[in-house]
Amino acid sequence: MLVADHLTKDFGPRRAVDDVSFTLERGEVLGFLGPNGAGKTTTMRMLAGALEADEGRASIAGHDCVAARLEAQARLGYLPEGAPAYPAMSPRDFVAFSLRARGFSGASLKRAAALALERANLGGYEHQPIGTLSKGYKRRAALAAAIAHDPPVLILDEPTDGLDPNQKDGVRQLIRDMAPDKAIIISTHILEEVPAVCSRAIVIARGRLLFDGSPRELAELAPERQIEAAFRQLTLVPEGDGSSPEAVA
Amino acid sequence: MIHTLWAIYRRELGAYFLTPLAWVFLAVFGFAAPAFAFHVGRFFDTNRADLAPLFDYLPWLLVILMPALAMRAWAEERDRGTLEFLMALPIPLWATAGGKFLAAWTMAALAIALTFPMWIAVNYLGEPDNAAIATAYLGTLLLAGAYLAVGQALSATTANQVVAFVLGAGAAFLLTMAGLPFVLSVLGASAPAAVTEFVAGLSALDHYNAFRNGVIGLADLVYFLGLIGICLTMGGVLVSERRGGGR
Repeated sequence: MLVADHLTKDFGPRRAVDDVSFTLERGEVLGFLGPNGAGKTTTMRMLAGALEADEGRASIAGHDCVAARLEAQARLGYLPEGAPAYPAMSPRDFVAFSLRARGFSGASLKRAAALALERANLGGYEHQPIGTLSKGYKRRAALAAAIAHDPPVLILDEPTDGLDPNQKDGVRQLIRDMAPDKAIIISTHILEEVPAVCSRAIVIARGRLLFDGSPRELAELAPERQIEAAFRQLTLVPEGDGSSPEAVA
Repeated sequence: MIHTLWAIYRRELGAYFLTPLAWVFLAVFGFAAPAFAFHVGRFFDTNRADLAPLFDYLPWLLVILMPALAMRAWAEERDRGTLEFLMALPIPLWATAGGKFLAAWTMAALAIALTFPMWIAVNYLGEPDNAAIATAYLGTLLLAGAYLAVGQALSATTANQVVAFVLGAGAAFLLTMAGLPFVLSVLGASAPAAVTEFVAGLSALDHYNAFRNGVIGLADLVYFLGLIGICLTMGGVLVSERRGGGR
């Protein structure tokens, strides 16, 4: 459903993503983990067709993210980092714009927008300008726009960032509900989220893929058998040691 | 793919009216255009049933106000981070650039239409050449479109709307000034004739004046539509380059 094939991206002299490869099938929820600046967002942007790789290729449902960008993007729901949205628009209008851009109109647009707003739990705030909403509601408006067209692939960059515990739980439940029919990638700093919603985890640091396996296998890397400890073990480089850790498959 | 152009056009036009921008713009234009015609152009003192005083000053008003409409086109998207959202939608860039331009051009047309009461007034006061006035309005619309397209292309170079406005107004000013006699005489004294001729050919004012005189010339149409097309493409290419980020 989703293929990242030797993706590499440089920003000037800095290599942001270094030869990252993985595939994702329907029914999988992939937790994309890594410290700040690890290359998670850059990888997601390349998968979403918002950024082109310097080397390697990505595809969604068999469509190349560069050569057949529009076909790939039509099958993708993407929540960018920071959940950007137009502040003067209401969540309902924002979702309607996203649907209209994807060819929805009339009754099908209204139906899809209403369902997405309900699933993102925006009740009561769907007509209020996004600029006046709290960070959590703003994120939910962007999430509604990402899921409204019922895409087979979802890429969600920190979907629970800024949400209160109840809202986080709601978004995790939504991801679990959608999981059987979709291939989903979520990036997160909240490691407790991984066993709660993910069937698989990838750890990336300094642009390189360091681990690809189940959350249980990730936890078992550390003597304490905890994901946090395994994450630290994989991503922390001892001071003065500039070498990269080797990948664990 | 036309639905993508329509989606962008609707969003952009709606965005003007969701903020005070549309109302402030229309109010300023609606006040300033007749004010120039009446007070600077001495509309009543000419004792002629035409709109020459209006069309004399409209280009200078457009030099300032069109970049104010165009500055937000790409700069605002970059500043707010919504450009990434837009670039991840299955919309071809030509539709995004075209939708943004057409929405701004619609705003310009609405503003220009606010001067129609003057057209009605001259018909009440005398017997003007309405075909010539309609042609002048067409020229004004094309001139506004050219300034908008130039402003939109320059808006793609920055995430700062103020910078985009200054660049857009500066470029529109230069395009307008290029054909003025004193500019060409200064240039003629120091540059080869071919350069002077080339600069004169770039002048938006010269091509606008043909319409103002009631003549629809093919060369003038090609100039305005070509300038609009080239600038929209340039803006699209600049934004598209961001997909390659860092390369």
